[in-house]
Amino acid sequence: MNSIILNLQFYFRYPFVRYAMIVGVLIALCSSLLGVILVLKRFSFIGDGLSHVAFGGIAIASVLGVSNNMFVVLPITVISAVLLLRTGKNTKIKGDAAIAMISVGSLAIGYLLMNIFSSSSNLSGDVCSTLFGSTSILTLSKFEVFLCIALSAAVVALFVIFYNRIFAVTFDEDFAQASGIRAEAYNLLIAVVTAVIIVLAMNLVGSLLISALVIFPAISAMRIFKSFLPVVWFSAAISVFCAALGIIIAVLAGTPVGSTIVAADLAAFFVCCIIGRLKH
Amino acid sequence: MMEMLLKADNVSLGYDGKTVAEKINFEVFAGDYLCVVGENGSGKSTLIKALTGINPPLSGSIEKSHKLKSGGIGYLPQQTDLQQDFPASVREVVLSGCLNAGKFKPFYTKKDRKTANENMERMGILSLENLCFRELSGGQKQRVLLARALCAGRELLILDEPVSGLDASAEKEMYSVIEELNNDGIAVIMITHDIEAAVKYADKFLVIGKEIFYGTKEEFVKKQTERGSI
Repeated sequence: MNSIILNLQFYFRYPFVRYAMIVGVLIALCSSLLGVILVLKRFSFIGDGLSHVAFGGIAIASVLGVSNNMFVVLPITVISAVLLLRTGKNTKIKGDAAIAMISVGSLAIGYLLMNIFSSSSNLSGDVCSTLFGSTSILTLSKFEVFLCIALSAAVVALFVIFYNRIFAVTFDEDFAQASGIRAEAYNLLIAVVTAVIIVLAMNLVGSLLISALVIFPAISAMRIFKSFLPVVWFSAAISVFCAALGIIIAVLAGTPVGSTIVAADLAAFFVCCIIGRLKH
Repeated sequence: MMEMLLKADNVSLGYDGKTVAEKINFEVFAGDYLCVVGENGSGKSTLIKALTGINPPLSGSIEKSHKLKSGGIGYLPQQTDLQQDFPASVREVVLSGCLNAGKFKPFYTKKDRKTANENMERMGILSLENLCFRELSGGQKQRVLLARALCAGRELLILDEPVSGLDASAEKEMYSVIEELNNDGIAVIMITHDIEAAVKYADKFLVIGKEIFYGTKEEFVKKQTERGSI
């Protein structure tokens, strides 16, 4: 035990480990807050779809040779999010089909672009790290860390300020609209925030595993709690805990960061299922 | 003369660019109990959306009194699938009725909490306040949603098929709750399929569809008897 603590102390002396921890915990916090809304709105898969869009965005950015691919990826993802969440009601292609279509479409185009135009000698390595996150979380620059802190603070602040309205719109859109709440505006806000978090989270777990960060904490919390506020709190707490635990294990055991965090989330989900069974 | 709350003037309803009902004229006064009946697809839900301001009518105007505009309408929508597994306590649901278009306040005030408490008490659900909404019986759920509607407005209730999915005794209970609220002076607009109950409780009728009818209960019953359909 002592040697583990010493080992951790050794690793946490390095700024890149501390950065990874800060960013990991913040992203886990934001995605869990958002996850509660997305799961309840039946949009669990939007995380998956958007992350594939972001993958396509990264491919385009690298083909264009943009130095900071954030400036290409973020706008593309935000626009797709707005389109996807807006399609909800009156379109020819229904929600789940639209998400699946955009998701696999951009995955294919992204890989195709990377294949045709890539100058890198290790293409499959590049693709793999975009899909699974791998090491990029450990190579964050100071700027990226500050950007992540600022965006997370904005997401949490928005969530707190609009908490009651978000609840109303999620629980009953018609009623909320009848009371004069502009449900459309809130859906748009949720779409934009989702896109921002997905793009941030790609560094952490990669584009294949993002859905896990969005879905697991929320459904774990819903196993145990039956009212909204406790679900939100518990979801945030368990997500932060699993992210921190996952990163520590990954650092000590040398496992990939993203999949270790997701494994921790999965384990937490099973524990919550058991607790939920015993409780009711 | 009773105070007028709402006046629909030559309203046309429709969706997706298709008109389903035209030339609808009616008025709602304080204390009225108006039933809206019509076939499926005749535009009943579209009318509700126009009255609550969710979607404006295709043409014509819906005038609302000053009182109604400043948060006087309580709306009881039909329950959605999504609510069947939504984690929310009774208190959380009822409180959400206190949000309105007025001044933006991020959190509920003391007054909001008091209003929510009063309306839960009025609906006899104060003892359920910490229970999970989705685990209540159908009748209890409707009471919760009625309490929420009352938080949103105390002049006019708009009820969209309030007894759909309820068993016979819960249905009867729901009608008597609505009757009580109406006796307390709240105007009611109720959409329903249940003509028998409508004739028993309502005092005015609006039939929409290809043919529009608006009149008192007596006129409605007379017309129905002439057509031999009651």
